[in-house]
Amino acid sequence: MKTNTNDFEIIIGSDVPAGSVLKDVWQYRHLFYFLAWRDILVRYKQTLAGVAWSVIKPLSTMVVFTFVFGRLADLPSGQVPYGVMVLAALLPWQFFTHILSSTGNSLVSNASLVSKVYFPRVIIPVAAVVVALLDFFIAFALLVGMMLVYGVWPGMTVLLLPGFMGIAILFSLGTGLFVAALNVKYRDFMQLMPFVLQFGLYLSPVGYSSSIVPEGWRFIYSLNPMVGVIDGFRWVLLGETALVYWPGVFISVVLSVVIFIWGLKFFIRNERDFADII
Amino acid sequence: MSNIIDASNLGKQYQLHHGGLFANASLKESFTAFAGRLRGALHSVPLEQKKIVPQKSESFWALKDLSFKVVQGERIGLIGSNGAGKSTLLKILSRITWPTTGQVKIKGRVSSLLEVGTGFHPELTGRENIYLNGAILGMTRAEIRRKFDEIVWFADVEKFLDTPAKRYSSGMYLRLAFAVAAHLEPDILLVDEVLAVGDASFQKKCLGKMKDVGKEGRTIIMVSHSMAAIENLCTRVLVLDKGQKMMEGYPARMIQGYLNSFDGKDKALFIEQWEDRRGAGSIRIHSFCVLDHEHQPVNILVSGREYIFRFGYKARIDKAKSIDFSFTVSDMAGRVLFRNRTLESGLDLPGTLCPKGYLDCRIPRLGLTRGRYTFGFTMIVDGVESDHLPGEQALCFDVMDGDFFGTSQLSDLAPVIVDHKWTIKGLKR
Repeated sequence: MKTNTNDFEIIIGSDVPAGSVLKDVWQYRHLFYFLAWRDILVRYKQTLAGVAWSVIKPLSTMVVFTFVFGRLADLPSGQVPYGVMVLAALLPWQFFTHILSSTGNSLVSNASLVSKVYFPRVIIPVAAVVVALLDFFIAFALLVGMMLVYGVWPGMTVLLLPGFMGIAILFSLGTGLFVAALNVKYRDFMQLMPFVLQFGLYLSPVGYSSSIVPEGWRFIYSLNPMVGVIDGFRWVLLGETALVYWPGVFISVVLSVVIFIWGLKFFIRNERDFADII
Repeated sequence: MSNIIDASNLGKQYQLHHGGLFANASLKESFTAFAGRLRGALHSVPLEQKKIVPQKSESFWALKDLSFKVVQGERIGLIGSNGAGKSTLLKILSRITWPTTGQVKIKGRVSSLLEVGTGFHPELTGRENIYLNGAILGMTRAEIRRKFDEIVWFADVEKFLDTPAKRYSSGMYLRLAFAVAAHLEPDILLVDEVLAVGDASFQKKCLGKMKDVGKEGRTIIMVSHSMAAIENLCTRVLVLDKGQKMMEGYPARMIQGYLNSFDGKDKALFIEQWEDRRGAGSIRIHSFCVLDHEHQPVNILVSGREYIFRFGYKARIDKAKSIDFSFTVSDMAGRVLFRNRTLESGLDLPGTLCPKGYLDCRIPRLGLTRGRYTFGFTMIVDGVESDHLPGEQALCFDVMDGDFFGTSQLSDLAPVIVDHKWTIKGLKR
């Protein structure tokens, strides 16, 4: 197999703009498949429970939250059982944290690749999203089971679910790309991330319904893009129309898109220096 | 033919940072610096602006003003001492790191092999790692599938294909990793000192494979500290020194030039003043040097090459009936390896001895493997010891790998190589 060498001409130079790597992404798609495949294969190697962990994590959190918020604090959950309401929010939340933490660490944990082989670096964090998606679908099966047990039926609005997932992906990947690039130089972000996510969990309507947020605070509360995503999930899956605060959803969409573009640009602008400082 | 690689004025500057974020600076200062760096992203800050940032940083040029061209099918060897910029150059050509100045135009698919087994995952099986590593090195899935059997055969790991790589012996691990890399089919292959892995027989396999790759008309740029491998594989050699091109040309000449460049001043060693000597002193050795086949003094020897060991002498007599001169070469452990003695191999004495001159001992093919050796000598004139320097730590010289037998196979098990030939004959019953 001899390729025509004129097909490829690469110019490497101090004055070549950074964005030129994006056209290589398609050429390196095989690497993307294999990195995602590797992450999936390796994820539960040498564990006893294996894939069951993808179920145990949301399930245990759901039980704790239902007990603390639903029983002890006696917060309202609308027409659906408290557990189902919590799980419908845990899904997008854990999806978000999973993407954020794995993309944020992805460059550092693949440091040997970054410093020894060329490929558009953006492949690494994006490949990390695939594992999160897989985990999401496993947990989703759990939610479907719970909904069947409690007799909760979604309407046609369920078709909007991919849209809300899209927002979650854009927001988490955008932030993750930003964190990944910063993490290469300042590992402080690796330490910071668990804190921020811990606070975020309570600032987002995961353990409770956003109906308990006072009307006057609703706008400020919605500046967290995950609020719109979680409310959206509860709406399309459980039919809790009252929860959706449309200005909030709009803010989520705009913020997610802006953060994604910003994160991607930041990542690509710094990409060339990764191998030198990682 | 057109240039497949055309590099002009390549330079790479590295910043050396001292201390962490908050080292040697007030919190406020480092915070402004930090914010400034966030704004200016993580890019290396241009020199003029650097003064504003209150940070202890130093910079150095790993490569400077390097220009060269490569024609398709050439096999370029990069040699130079540590820190000469060889690896940096390969990293720039493979787009892992970006140059600070200059540019390179490359026509063709580039694959780089800077480390054996990059991206191997210990939890994955041999089979899975072949696919993963192949993809990392730039192969498509179809390409890997097509070459799979060949890779497995080359690495000799059939039995362990479904065993996790973490259970592999280090030899198996390396073999598999190299096998994947060896089956790449890029237009340009960049290789960094990876042939030095594995046992001797696997090294031979690797060298053979590299030769095949070269024969297929692919362009290779390789870094190696093994002069034998460079001389054997390359068509042209670039010698780098402190980030700059020192010289460029035919391998044999460049290698010799490079070896000679080590502390170039004291090629001949003057040992007249050395105190730990015995003997009457009618003829004394006052200097020593090693010359190559072109009579150029050298500091580092290569096994298999021709050398002349030259001993400069001063004589107080003008006639001698017999001169029994010998030198004894030992390894660093003090084991005597051989002795070259005029009395045994013969020396025609001239009628009159000049007061100054030299004794040459020509060694057609140096039969020593890589390492450092010491030697001492004895001069006996007309049965009387005239000069003697004991062998222990007297004088030493270094030998580098060379292709003694012309088979690209290095010997390094024993210090001494004895010239020989093998034949095999069957006996009819």
